Amino acid sequence: MTPVLSRRGFLVALTGTAAAVSIGVSPTEGRAADSAFEPNVWVRLESDGSLQVTCARSEMGQGVRATVPFVIASEMGADLSRVVVVQAPGDKAYGNQNTDGSTSIRLLLGALREAGAVARVVLVAAAAAEWGVSEDSLIAQGHVVKERSGTRSIGFGELVARATTMSVPHTAPLRPEQELVGVRDALPNPDARGFVDGSIVYGADTVLPGMLTAVVARPPDLGGRVASMDEAAARAVPGVVDIVRLPEWKDPGGFVPVGGVAVVAQHTWAALKGREALACTWTKGDRGGVNTSDEYAAMRASLDEKGKVRRKRGNAEKALAEAADVVTADYLVPHLAHAMMEPLAAVVSYTDEGCEVWCPTQAPQRTIGQVAKAVGLPKKKVTVHVTHLGGAFGRKGKPDFIVEGALVSKAVGKPVRIQWTREDCMRHGYYHACALQRVEAGFDRDGTLTAWRHRVAAPTIASTLVGFMETLLGMEMGMGLLDFALDVPNVSMEAEKTVNQVRIGWLRSVYNINHAFATQCFIDELAQHKGVATPDMLKTVLGPRRHLTPKETGGAIWNYGLKLDDHPVDVGRWHDVADRVRKNSGYDGDPGEGRAFGFAAHLSFNTYVAVVVAVTKDALGRPRVDEAWVVVDPGQAINPDRVTAQMEGAVVFGISIALHGNITLKDGAVQQGNFHDFPVARMDQAPRAIHVEIHESGGPPGGIGEPGLPPVVPAICNAWAALTGERVRELPMVGSGRVAG
Amino acid sequence: MRELFPCSWRPTLAQLTVNGQAHEVDAPPEMPLLWVIRDLIGLTGTRFGCGMGLCGACTVHVDGMAMRACVTPVSLAEGKVVTTIEGLGADGLHPLQEAWIAHGVPQCGFCQAGQLMTAAALLATNPRPTDDDIDAAMAGNICRCGTYTRIRAGIRDASQKLPAPEASMEEAPEAPAAPEGGVE
Repeated sequence: MTPVLSRRGFLVALTGTAAAVSIGVSPTEGRAADSAFEPNVWVRLESDGSLQVTCARSEMGQGVRATVPFVIASEMGADLSRVVVVQAPGDKAYGNQNTDGSTSIRLLLGALREAGAVARVVLVAAAAAEWGVSEDSLIAQGHVVKERSGTRSIGFGELVARATTMSVPHTAPLRPEQELVGVRDALPNPDARGFVDGSIVYGADTVLPGMLTAVVARPPDLGGRVASMDEAAARAVPGVVDIVRLPEWKDPGGFVPVGGVAVVAQHTWAALKGREALACTWTKGDRGGVNTSDEYAAMRASLDEKGKVRRKRGNAEKALAEAADVVTADYLVPHLAHAMMEPLAAVVSYTDEGCEVWCPTQAPQRTIGQVAKAVGLPKKKVTVHVTHLGGAFGRKGKPDFIVEGALVSKAVGKPVRIQWTREDCMRHGYYHACALQRVEAGFDRDGTLTAWRHRVAAPTIASTLVGFMETLLGMEMGMGLLDFALDVPNVSMEAEKTVNQVRIGWLRSVYNINHAFATQCFIDELAQHKGVATPDMLKTVLGPRRHLTPKETGGAIWNYGLKLDDHPVDVGRWHDVADRVRKNSGYDGDPGEGRAFGFAAHLSFNTYVAVVVAVTKDALGRPRVDEAWVVVDPGQAINPDRVTAQMEGAVVFGISIALHGNITLKDGAVQQGNFHDFPVARMDQAPRAIHVEIHESGGPPGGIGEPGLPPVVPAICNAWAALTGERVRELPMVGSGRVAG
Repeated sequence: MRELFPCSWRPTLAQLTVNGQAHEVDAPPEMPLLWVIRDLIGLTGTRFGCGMGLCGACTVHVDGMAMRACVTPVSLAEGKVVTTIEGLGADGLHPLQEAWIAHGVPQCGFCQAGQLMTAAALLATNPRPTDDDIDAAMAGNICRCGTYTRIRAGIRDASQKLPAPEASMEEAPEAPAAPEGGVE
């Protein structure tokens, strides 16, 4: 692997919008000491023609290590079979490396293509100089530069020597789209073999000489401190070598560990037995031992009061008072755990020279910062190697577990693997924000929808990250509410004060889970109330084909950080995915005996997704999603097979949320621990078939990893209502007391 | 390198064969096979997922049977033949591994070693499983990425490439029941 750190000096400036993405390349840079051609941090071409392409985003199942190299290599005209994918360490040279917000293509496509284009124009210029012809007469394709009308061609590798002497432009024109087609439907995955032979390296798999393993006993509720422990008993466990106290946690905590005591041993089993023997007891935490039932009761009560108005049009209060017909429903989404298959783990080696980390992080630069701060080293002395992530869904953007490893390695003076158990992950997470929502719709005497009031009580993530805050931010309500198209003259969307009781974190599609559940279930209720089909009611609520404007909504539209000019909120695209999934699924036909359809369509991360599920009752009377149809319009799909895979995965993830997901606190402690009390969908609960249509309406790409999820949950609940007549207004469906199970 | 973490304590030396290679490891009899394989023998393809036999990420074969290594004491594997994902395709790739690549099954990939080991044990006893057979055999292996439809397709594909079952296969043992993750 190339030491990419030696290739500093390049900057991808990412300042919020795609338009601001640029790759600065100094003409004098890219002169590597060796003979390879390195026009920028992404590309390194050897004289034998082998091509290293760097992936600076984390692979957690979305296929980014297949997609990013394809984008760069195809823009170059390279042969994909000659590409070796290099995983970038944490380094600002790559711009923002946070693998979150479904941004890897949505934000970076242009910059990645340009990186390949810059390399291509230099290679073409080198060939033109070699032959004394104009650059326009040549084309780079199939790993050679050749004459457009002629027979001469020269391999990329043969051009390296000359290319390294040529000036590298700052920017380069992108190829015409027609030169890029053809290969994307069968993109090679660089990790395909490693995934099936067990050789892929995840967080716990790096092995260093003399490495020890640590597990941590943590306080059950936030801010709890050690009351007693039996250190001698822990040390007496064969294999245990040390006990290390971690710094105490302080509100709001942010990304720092929750404190506790690390048991360090020669292997994992000894560490676990040592932790058992330690038998820590704890003082009460800082938040006084809260119960989830109390949290929900306070949130529910708050819905009766007017909240902070984040979106306003007309006068919803007056219109509701004057309405001939009012429909009201409250919706509850509980806290959720990420429950990624790989429990948190990392390997850290601290010495006085620096700290080196091998870890499954979604945020390598944040990890550098947090580790540096914790162990007292300058950031430049912290190196973060990014392993594969065994699932993440947002949890691994929080480097608390890696910081624990660094603190322990520093304390014991040896390399340390920090290993969390499943229970550790379940009980010390950054949970999805629970939400209680009240939606009220008013119709006039003619049956026209005249009012929509939507109140949300949910804790803000800001309460965990920056301090005590009690109202959802505009950005958070911007995920599916402030950007929700409503062709209604009187609208009020209000955030209720909500005291946060746990560490809140991003979980795949974040607040969209809550907001889509409420809007899409409510539209189904309205459809039933008015005796029309749900997709028709959706289109009535959304209104005619148009682009949503802040003027119309009466509030800012966050739009996932992108400009509305580039990524408009396009109601027509919303209609189209709804129409297509309706047709694909046969939604208006007979679903079959004992089977019902449910529909939902949502916009998030600039991508439009409509879902129909078919639901039956299983032998225990629980919902079983036996088939699903998804239509996704991301504008354009770069790696269609992985887009399809993300939609399939979103359906299953949505089944887990709809049926099972539920994190609760008793006396401040999370009650769930493992897959028996936090079940997730298994093979026998997954649909036998998931039909995905990618509808590319054109334009810049939207996100893919997250937007499939939000409509799945309400589609399931709507199908259940159609099947049984029972409305699902509280999640999860199984275990809530309403549905047998 | 047989022992990455030699220990001074020795309740017992356990002897077992992993992927055709004999190992003598310094481990107490109750130590789960998972940690013996990962920490003492150094084969990291077998993954730790739950520690309670609930997710299947650690599935290995012990004398050909799919076992959850995280709840299998090493004493139970003594003198037996253990196969891990690294040994599944001893002579190249197992048809299931090929099918997994062809169908693009893995997303994050973390559970897939366990999925493959369970599926291989299923096909070894039931070369032509029905959808219900697949449900029953695979329900103990969680995939949080949700690759289940492709896992099913991969099993069906590999099944077609295996020799047709002989008449005696009518008496094949039933697919192992799924360790269901609790009913609430």
